[in-house]
Formats: sequence, structure tokens, C-alpha cells
Amino acid sequence: MHSDIKSRKKAKPTKKKSVLPKKEKSSDDFSLLIVGTGGQGQITLLNVLAEACLVENFDFRSSELHGLSQRGGSVKVHIRFGKKVNSPLVPKAGADLIISLEMQEALTSFIFSGPETRFLINKKLIPIFSGKSLTEKEVLNVLEKSGNEVYLVPAEEICLEELGNSLVAGIYLISFASFNNLIPLKPESILKAIKKVVPKKFLELNVKAFNLSSKKS
Amino acid sequence: MFENILENKKGKKVVLLGNEAIVRGALEAGVNFVSTYPGTPSSEIGNIFYKMYSSGKFKGYFEFSTNEKVAMEAGIGASFSGLKTLVAMKNFGLNVALDALLPFVYTGSKGPTVIIVADDPSCHSSAQSEENSRFLASLAHIPILEPSDPQECKEFVKLGFALSKQFEIPVIVRTTTRVAHQRSLVELNSLSSNKFKGSFQKNPDKFITLPPRVLEMKKELFLKIEKIKSFAEKSDINKSFKGKSGLGIITSGISYLYAKESLARMDLDLGLLKLGFFNPLPVEKIEKFIKSLPGKQKKILILEELEPYLEKEVFILAKKMDCQIEVVGKKKDFEIGELSPDKVDEIIADFAGYKGGKEKKDLSYLTKDLKSSKRAPRLCPGCPYWLVVSAVKKAVDIKKVVFGGEIGCYMLFGSASIKMQDYLFCMGSSVGIGHGIKKAIAGSNDKKLISFVGDSSFFHAGIPPLINAVINKSNPLIIILQNDTTAMTGHQPHPGAFNVQGRIKIEDVVRGCGVKNLKVIDPVNQKEFIETIKKFLKNSEVSVIIVKKQCIQI
Repeated sequence: MHSDIKSRKKAKPTKKKSVLPKKEKSSDDFSLLIVGTGGQGQITLLNVLAEACLVENFDFRSSELHGLSQRGGSVKVHIRFGKKVNSPLVPKAGADLIISLEMQEALTSFIFSGPETRFLINKKLIPIFSGKSLTEKEVLNVLEKSGNEVYLVPAEEICLEELGNSLVAGIYLISFASFNNLIPLKPESILKAIKKVVPKKFLELNVKAFNLSSKKS
Repeated sequence: MFENILENKKGKKVVLLGNEAIVRGALEAGVNFVSTYPGTPSSEIGNIFYKMYSSGKFKGYFEFSTNEKVAMEAGIGASFSGLKTLVAMKNFGLNVALDALLPFVYTGSKGPTVIIVADDPSCHSSAQSEENSRFLASLAHIPILEPSDPQECKEFVKLGFALSKQFEIPVIVRTTTRVAHQRSLVELNSLSSNKFKGSFQKNPDKFITLPPRVLEMKKELFLKIEKIKSFAEKSDINKSFKGKSGLGIITSGISYLYAKESLARMDLDLGLLKLGFFNPLPVEKIEKFIKSLPGKQKKILILEELEPYLEKEVFILAKKMDCQIEVVGKKKDFEIGELSPDKVDEIIADFAGYKGGKEKKDLSYLTKDLKSSKRAPRLCPGCPYWLVVSAVKKAVDIKKVVFGGEIGCYMLFGSASIKMQDYLFCMGSSVGIGHGIKKAIAGSNDKKLISFVGDSSFFHAGIPPLINAVINKSNPLIIILQNDTTAMTGHQPHPGAFNVQGRIKIEDVVRGCGVKNLKVIDPVNQKEFIETIKKFLKNSEVSVIIVKKQCIQI
């Protein structure tokens, strides 16, 4: 039997002082990046988070891309929310949290990561067909070197095993982020948002993924 | 999926994508007629109207036109018949539509007309060029509004309709990727009815652009623009914020949001003027802003993406005002690619002599030595185009054949693993340029040429160059990839698409263009496909193979 807690890697919880000036004036907002490859359902996650922000009365801005580059290529969705948000883009080294739906993609977001950035990563490797891929070990090495707080969760595996469906891994992960205080959005807001955004046909499955993540906190 | 867009509660706040907010703005304004050709980053506008229209939720008229020029002409016809009209396209579409647009600005609109043009700085979803549609201000003299976010997308579309109604002129709302594909909160107003009954009243004086009348029209156009300028001077979509020093920033579009953020991050109190009107510019308002900056030494930073249009205008204006006013722009490097919060931080810090804050150390140094590849886009597993790749590679030595590419998923034929692309331009050009090459290298018989063109592309711009190749007698092999949809931009229908009633058969069109060597092939039949390629490459006239297999995503 697997346990995501066991396989969850909490690489040296950092107590290092940040190089960044501590949360400056404008940054009472939260900066999140969802990264992955084309077709991993980023836009649904974005919609759920947007609705959750509405529930909590947060200002919200995000930026996404569409088109050919999304066909199997790297995909990054920028999300920012808080009392007042100006720009939809996360600045360099400015992410509070990076949710990566694929392990190698987490590294492509390093330009947006500073020492305080936390990573929540789906333990899954999708080969890079256009060239050389990295192994799990290579990815983990780099993450380890960063000294940042990393949560490695086999979300697809868990969802497949317990719910018979791995497509809800993304919902599992954002719910996990909420239950574990990685993101300042309450679980009940996320649940409300899921109910608003997800089509009826798939709602039960998604709610199950939400509930499942609470047990693994 | 239209819940938010069709929500009819005034004052309610919902999260909308910029393009969704454009649709909402048009619905609130009571749009009757919408025509478009898909192109990222404007595609969702058409997709949403299409779905609303086909499910009976949009009571106006909607069409995907065969190309942007045709969409523009359809819109002009609707406007001349009194309808509230929206035409949407991406920047390259504007080039195609330009021939119809320029005279339309001369005649002016009858039914209020808004044209959406979406630019794509950084070419996230664009081949061809990093086009900046602002050039239309001087070329076409058309009013241009530039929203920064979804709320403004909605409001500016409505304002565009109001301006168009008041001044009888089409109005452009220009977005960029980071505006069109930005999501944020939008406060709604009430929806209006979209039902219509147009009527065309003869008015040759207004609708016929022949000399000498056309020059009178130009004069009338200039007068209109003068009036709209007075309107712009008073409009609250140009917003100014007071600062505490002689330094001020003038900006518009997405750059405004980055500027606000940078100023807050650095805790700088500079004057800020945000222009919603890009054309005509509210010159007096700009003058007033500059004069309002405290102190004698005034220095203005122009923060805009791509080419320095505003910068030149403000530079001239400032010189007229007072030679001591300094106007600075961004460095030349930043004219390429979109601006970002980091670039804007750098620009503003330089401008204001800001030294505070430590350099933000990101983690990318940790990945510098990693030997992994960039995850490039690729054809979907199971895509019928793979069958085209395999057949062509078996039929010819790809090093000895010139391959023409153009816009569609088959742009990926240029990828390192396929290498079947020797030039790539705009839609339809694989055929047109292929003809030119064949003519130029006539006599050197060993060089064969294959042009790929998709079905939507073929209807869009592939037919005139095909006729040209036939009538001017060259012999490219043209492979038309019929996957029954416009796949790359999100599976919109086209005249030959599977879900179009009375769809037009491409083979009928090709035959009608005078092509003698024609074969329709299911690429699963590789042997037949390979033999046909070999045979057709020997022909001394134009040959066409239509490869029929549906996109796996539909």
C-alpha cells in the first residue's frame, strides 16, 4: 500500500533568510504558477481557483496562453490574487507556490522561483519527445540543491488507485495545497468553486478527489 | 459554459477571460451581427459566439467567414444595413482585411461597428512576424482603443459602439495576448436584445468610394477624427494620477498594469497617465499631464510594447511645448518581445534612478547545466498528419525536395524530427511561393517542390495561388491536408468542414481551378499515397493530392 506521506518529499524545510526583501508593499497578493504540459487541464484548475477567490472576496488576475505551442509543449499559467492585484504575471523569483503537474516542468519555472517559493509537484514524468528527458533522480537532485520546500505527491497514482481516474490529479493537488496551507484559500472555498465550475457529469468524481486530498494531509 | 457571460445580473462580479469580456461587452451593447475568422489570441470570441448562436442563445447573426477580408466585408454589409456589427481577427487577419477596411473608414459606418484586432507580442501563438497593429492609426485614420484588462475589454467594446454610433466611423479595440488571455473580475451591466431587422437604403454619396467623392470623404474623415479627438480629451478612459516629482510615465494597455505594480513595489510616487485612446491621442490631456508634474525639470517615460509609437508622438509634442522637457523610451532591445513585470521594473528603476531593493535571485542558475531539451509542441499522437510525414519520407529523398509550409498544425513539419519545411509564411503562401520557386528554377529538373496547405487555409487564401500556378504553368505538387476542421485554433468549422451543412468538396474546387492531375487519398493507404507522390512529382503541370482524414480531436 502506498502512502503519499511516505513518498512525499519534504526537502529540508528551509529556515534560511530570504534574499528577497520581505514581502514588500504591493505584495500582499499571492503569486501562483501552475505548470505542466499541454492538455493537463490547467484551465479548469485556473477556473476553480478563480471562483474560490471570488468566494473569499479576493481580487484575481491570471494569464494563460493558447494555440499551437500548447499542443504537447510546456504550459505555464500565472495566477495572482489578494486584496488588490495589478499585474497578471508572476515576476522573476516572485512565486509563492508552484504547482507542477509534471516533474521536469517544475524546473522550467525556476526563473519564477526564489528561496521562499514552495513546490507542490505531481510525481510523474512525461518524456520530452523532441529531445532529451531528465530522470526522476536528476530532477530531485536539482530540487534538493535549491533547498526550497518541496512536496512531491504521486497525485495521479493516488487518484487512479482510489478513484479509478487519474484525470482529477490536478483537482487533487490544488485541494491538497489548500488543506496543507500551501495556498491561502480555504478548503470550503475550493469545494464551492469545484461545484460551480466542474460540469455535473464529472462533479462527483472531482468532489471525491477533493475529499481524498484532505485525508492525505 | 456561458453561465458567466450570459449572467443577467447588473452589478454582479464574475471572472472573465479578456476575450469573454469582449463578447459580454458586445452583448451588453446589443450587437446584431458578428463575423470572424479564427486566429490566436482572438479565437475565443468567435468560438463563444458560434456556440451561443448554434444553441439559440445568441439571437443575432454569427458566421465564421472564409477569411478576415470576407469577414470584414460581411460586417460592412451589415453595418450599411444598419446593424450593430462586430468583426474580430488577429493581427495577420487585419492584413488580409485591410483592403476592405481602409475604404470603410472613408465611407464610415451606418450601423455602429467595432473591430477587434488582437496582437501577439513575443509571438506566443504567431509565426510570420511580431506585428504591431497600431500602425493603422497613421495608415487608416481609424479610432483605436487599448484596454488593459477584461473589465476594460468589456467597457471599451461598449464605448467603441457608442463612438461608432455618434461619429459614424468603425472603431478598433486592440488587444494583446496578455489582455485577451488575461482573466480577472468583471462587473456586469444588463444585457441588451440582439434581435435585428436590417434594411439597406440606397445612398451612393455615402457608400461609393470613387473619385472625386473619395477625396471629400477623406476630408470628412479628418473632420470626424478632430471631433473624436475632442471627445477623447474629455474621456475618462484616459486616466492620470498625480505624482510628487517632475517624473511622469505615459502608458497604455497591459504596460499600465506592469507600471502600477512596479511603482507600488518600489514605493515610487511618480505621475502616471494611462491612455485608453491610442488614436486619436488626447494631446491636450497629455500636455496638461506634463505641465501638472511638479517642478521645472520634467522628464517623461513612455512605457509601451514593441515599436515606439507613443514615444514619437509625445516627443514631438513635448518639443513643441518646451524644449527642456525630456522624453525617454525603452531601449531598442525591448522593442522585440512583450514587456514583463521584470523588464518594466528595470525600465522604471533606470528612469527614476531607483537603487533600493536587492536583486531578486531566482533559481534558474541551478538548471543551467542540465542537459535536457525544451518541450516543444508536437503533432498529437494519432494525428493523421503523421501518415503524411511517413508517406512523403518514403516517396522522396527529403533533401532533394523543396517543402513549402504555412499556417496550421502542419507548421510542425518544420520541427527537428520531421524536417519537411523550407519556407513558411502566411496562409495560402506555400502554394504562391512554391509557384515562384518553380518558375525561378525552371530547367533544373532535379529539384522537386511539395507545398502543404490545410483545408481551412486552402479556403482562406489557397485558391487564388492555385489558379495562378495553373494558368501561369508551373508544376508544384500541392498536398491539401483535409482534416475537416480548423484544428490549430480550436476546431472551428470551415466551408469544407464535417459539421457544415452543404459543405463544399475541395476536389470540386480544385478541378474548377483547372487542375488536371488530382487524386483524393486516405493516407492510411500508404502504398497508393507513396506511388501517387512519386508519379505526380514527374508531372509538368500542377498536381494536387487531397489527403482526407479527420483530426483525431473531433
